[in-house]
Amino acid sequence: MDNLLSIVTFIPLLAAGILALFLRGDDEAAQRNAKWVALAATATTFLVSLAILGQFDPSDTGFQMVEQRDWLLGMQYKMGVDGISVLFVMLTTFLMPLVIASCWDVKHRVKEYMIAFLILETLMLGVFCALDLVLFYLFFEAGLIPMFLIIGIWGGANRIYASFKFFLYTFLGSVLMLVAMVSMFADAGTTDIVTLLNHNFGSETFNVLGVQVIGGMQTMMWIAFFASFAVKMPMWPVHTWLPDAHVQAPTAGSVVLAAILLKMGGYGFLRFSLPMFPVASDLLAPLVLWMSAIAIAYTSLVALVQQDMKKLIAYSSVAHMGYVTMGIFAANQQGIDGAIFQMISHGFISGALFLCVGVIYDRMHTREIDAYGGLVNRMPAYALIFMFFTMANVGLPGTSGFVGEFLTLMGVFQVNTWVAVIATSGVILSASYGLWLYRRVVMGDLIKESLKSITDMTRRERAIFAPLVVMTLLLGVYPALVTDIIGPSVEALVGSYETAVADFAASTQFAEN
Amino acid sequence: MEKIILFAPLIGSLLCGFGWKFIGQTAAQWVSTSLLFLAAFLSWVVFLSHNGTTEYIHVLDFIQSGTLDTSWAIRMDRLTAIMLIVITTVSALVHLYSFGYMAHDENFKEGEVYRPRFFAYLSFFTFSMLMLVTSDNLVQMFFGWEGVGVASYLLIGFYYRKPTANAAAIKAFVVNRVGDFGFALGIFGLYFLADSIKFDDVFAAVPTIAETQLTFLWRDWNAAELIAILLFIGAMGKSAQLILHTWLPDAMEGPTPVSALIHAATMVTAGVFLVCRMSPLMEFAPMATNFIVFLGATTAFFAATVGLVQNDIKRVIAYSTCSQLGYMFVAAGVGVYSVAMFHLFTHAFFKAMLFLGAGSVIHGMHHEQDMRNYGGLRKKLPYTFWAMMIGTLAITGVGIPLTHIGFAGFLSKDAVIESAFAGGTSYAFWLLVIAAFMTSFYSWRLMFLTFFGTPRGDKHTHEHAHEGPMTMLVPLGVLSLGAIFAGMIWYDDFFGKENDVAAFFGTHQIEEHAAAAGAGFSLIAPAYAATEENDDHGKDEKLAKQVIGDGAIYMGPENHVLHDAHYVPKWVKVSPFIAMISGLALAFWFYIVNPSLPGRLAANQRPLYLFFLNKWYFDEIYDFVFVKPAMALGRLLWKRGDGNIIDGSINGVALGIVPFLTRLVGRGQSGYLFHYAFAMVLGIAILLTWMMLGGGAG
Repeated sequence: MDNLLSIVTFIPLLAAGILALFLRGDDEAAQRNAKWVALAATATTFLVSLAILGQFDPSDTGFQMVEQRDWLLGMQYKMGVDGISVLFVMLTTFLMPLVIASCWDVKHRVKEYMIAFLILETLMLGVFCALDLVLFYLFFEAGLIPMFLIIGIWGGANRIYASFKFFLYTFLGSVLMLVAMVSMFADAGTTDIVTLLNHNFGSETFNVLGVQVIGGMQTMMWIAFFASFAVKMPMWPVHTWLPDAHVQAPTAGSVVLAAILLKMGGYGFLRFSLPMFPVASDLLAPLVLWMSAIAIAYTSLVALVQQDMKKLIAYSSVAHMGYVTMGIFAANQQGIDGAIFQMISHGFISGALFLCVGVIYDRMHTREIDAYGGLVNRMPAYALIFMFFTMANVGLPGTSGFVGEFLTLMGVFQVNTWVAVIATSGVILSASYGLWLYRRVVMGDLIKESLKSITDMTRRERAIFAPLVVMTLLLGVYPALVTDIIGPSVEALVGSYETAVADFAASTQFAEN
Repeated sequence: MEKIILFAPLIGSLLCGFGWKFIGQTAAQWVSTSLLFLAAFLSWVVFLSHNGTTEYIHVLDFIQSGTLDTSWAIRMDRLTAIMLIVITTVSALVHLYSFGYMAHDENFKEGEVYRPRFFAYLSFFTFSMLMLVTSDNLVQMFFGWEGVGVASYLLIGFYYRKPTANAAAIKAFVVNRVGDFGFALGIFGLYFLADSIKFDDVFAAVPTIAETQLTFLWRDWNAAELIAILLFIGAMGKSAQLILHTWLPDAMEGPTPVSALIHAATMVTAGVFLVCRMSPLMEFAPMATNFIVFLGATTAFFAATVGLVQNDIKRVIAYSTCSQLGYMFVAAGVGVYSVAMFHLFTHAFFKAMLFLGAGSVIHGMHHEQDMRNYGGLRKKLPYTFWAMMIGTLAITGVGIPLTHIGFAGFLSKDAVIESAFAGGTSYAFWLLVIAAFMTSFYSWRLMFLTFFGTPRGDKHTHEHAHEGPMTMLVPLGVLSLGAIFAGMIWYDDFFGKENDVAAFFGTHQIEEHAAAAGAGFSLIAPAYAATEENDDHGKDEKLAKQVIGDGAIYMGPENHVLHDAHYVPKWVKVSPFIAMISGLALAFWFYIVNPSLPGRLAANQRPLYLFFLNKWYFDEIYDFVFVKPAMALGRLLWKRGDGNIIDGSINGVALGIVPFLTRLVGRGQSGYLFHYAFAMVLGIAILLTWMMLGGGAG
């Protein structure tokens, strides 16, 4: 099959279309059908996507399974994956069936809910597969619409505020990214990402409004992309939309947001910033490293004092994404390997943690930490699962959370020890807030009257967690599953990055002489 | 065979933890216990048949990234072999003991299942600990390091209804994480310097590392010193050395078998093991090892002072553990790693036994832990009494001076003190002797308060005081054999002639060198000998370089402490014995002859008494300096940073932009979504226009 990527990408959209066109009514049967169709579609997507993994050859560092055809208005439709993107595709297809299964108890406008998730899946897959700037931009920006709807329609009481905040944040970034894309096209004469990756964008210093811009055009474009990706990540100090969005989002929405949507920022850095603007990346890496280090310490401290479970986990997500940006801009093999690993692993762990909150939210309808306590007495299975993912979030060796943290820290240590030390302090803080949350929710005697009749996880809930547990353990014990696939591509990326940086250094030295 | 030792506890843990529903609770307990006994048996086979040669067994690839190449692998050398028998033996006995101790626990309600969980945790701990000591690289060691931390967390918080237990569990984990913070940085640094984290590669690179300057934070450091200090910070956390010791006494909230296994015999000694394992690095880091000696001696002294006045039987033993770990670090710090391991080895037996004995008392006294409510239990608990007596004789170091006959602690502790003297640090030597005096005092105080005198406290409890079942007494018996004989049997291997020690640890080439040096200067005072030998260094270094990483421990060509320790003056050799006797005499006078004296002394010296009783106020200081400020800072960053500054400025911008925007898009009533979609479509339109124009131009 030479259009495997398109098939995988558009199965969910097809299913969404079927639901929209053929499913009528909102009675119980219709709701059940909608859920089953969505589950079947996402499961099929996952099964078909296994073929991508099967066909993928890690030793080839170029793009594979490339599809290219003419599209409207002279644009190209081009898809393909390489070692950096293929696992994000797999992460998405793996998680979506679990996401659908987690909203089995939703009663409000089920059909539309399912359609939103299915469209979202297509758009997310598109982001990771697109090999054309316009196509990428389309998927990247359009993906936010279903997310808005999910928060806005199925979200909590204060959902409008959260969406509004999100909008403001992303708007500026998107405009700047668009401008940068236009100027990239003007410079290179193409929107083909593969060609752009081999294009040398100018790095000669020039003046803008009397300010000297070192790294020239690369720096300008780097900053424009950074504005968009940093918000998406989210990086400190533009992270404040995330806790609000998470708090207002329904459980399944939070899972998608934390597990997949946040990864688009990191993917963007790896696809655009680092390879296309290496000189600018090198110049601005200290800034990103410091922002990451501050993010880790800052948001971990903030997580320590949260009273809302979801907010706490959201802040913890920001801290964990700090390791990702730090690893990427350490720009060595360990750093980038670690960053990708951390993103994959965070997909499982943060997804599972939000599901954990969802389990008790469904029962008690509150996220206040103080409303809980002593759950272990009535929910032993839940206590075990929650413990496991808390430990994974803390970065315990043997779980996937450790590998990413460890590699990124190892990578950044070689570049900047200050940043490494501050970021490493995150392991102390994450243990503090993680275990303290666990203690307040799960440990202790069960004294609150309202919790006396709470029930343990159902078979469906356990079935959702099982694959996540397996993946977290598997990647923790045998990380080669990931590093074997990403290794060669990352090596190539690091190699070309270092060459470009060295060339620039040589040329500036030459100019000075 | 090593693989079976390693994985039997893991399998036991899983079968017990998840399988008890199918096979029943008691069967599950037997499964994990018998697998542990199997592991213990095989460990002894391995230990006794080990010939000192280092072997490697590959299990599975672990983290592979660029030049970073780590595996799950077993490094089988003498250090590993020693740790194997310590861990599996104590663990197997503690499993057995727990049958009795955990049979009826009042912390759980009728019908609640907790025993399989307890055994599963114990077995999981054992597995992690074995991973730690069998590792052939630092990352796997870190896995075990953190794994034992989690097991410790789970077991300290085993009584999950008790708030104090939960708090203690978190404290243990977080304080250990502070240590891990240093450990992890040390690993990163080593990888940066040696491009590998396998022990063999690291050891081979050590001479180069020692000559490298590493920029770390604000200045350049000697790389070897820096890495050694960072790794030692990890050791401080795990081994509860001063500054990072606060978690260990609180860890006594866990069930007593846990204290015996984790917080006495095995986990807390991981730090000592780490320093011994990294001996090639330590040999090249004189400043770092001086610091280790200083901190070890100070901890030994500090913990002993606190142990003098505690009333909780377990806390006394906990501080005693803390103090004894200080002894081990002093030995490792002055460069006689074999002696550090010797004390670790003997301490495991007698300290585990003291804890299990204390557990037996607590069990017999219906979970009463305050020694002020004990007294006269000699008759009620005869077996426990004799076991505790042997443990006390061992820890206080009873033996015949100037011979090699005595209880385990006599031989190993005296070896530490002699090494400290030979190492040339009178600070460490004197603190250790004073600590030995205090050790004797508080150990006998414990004995006298518990087993002698008249019964105090609740009459009813005393009447019902009873000896535990056989499952609890057998482990006490086995461990008492170790407490009596372990020192005498293995004395030559750990602290004998250099040749014997070298052969035991498989360090062949050192043997020739040490013998050559030893022959010439055997009778000369240590300080003098050291200066004399400076001439030979050029020749020795070459020899020494070849042997770094060979065998289990490494002692540099300038390190003659082991040799010199055998030739210390007689008064040095006798001093710990004198300290021990005076401690016993004082305790006898205080608690048997004149029992009202301690109370009056405490009243007279109230500030000092409170200072010791409140553990030098470390907890209060930490709460004030770290915990409260961290929370306050978190709140500040959240409310002010996120709330006022970031959101405030964004809202400010928004108030400026949004009205402008809404005007721009014609006051769309559909709200944010419409704005957004519009912006996107507009964006694509601009991009397309540009493309077509640009394309046309091109």
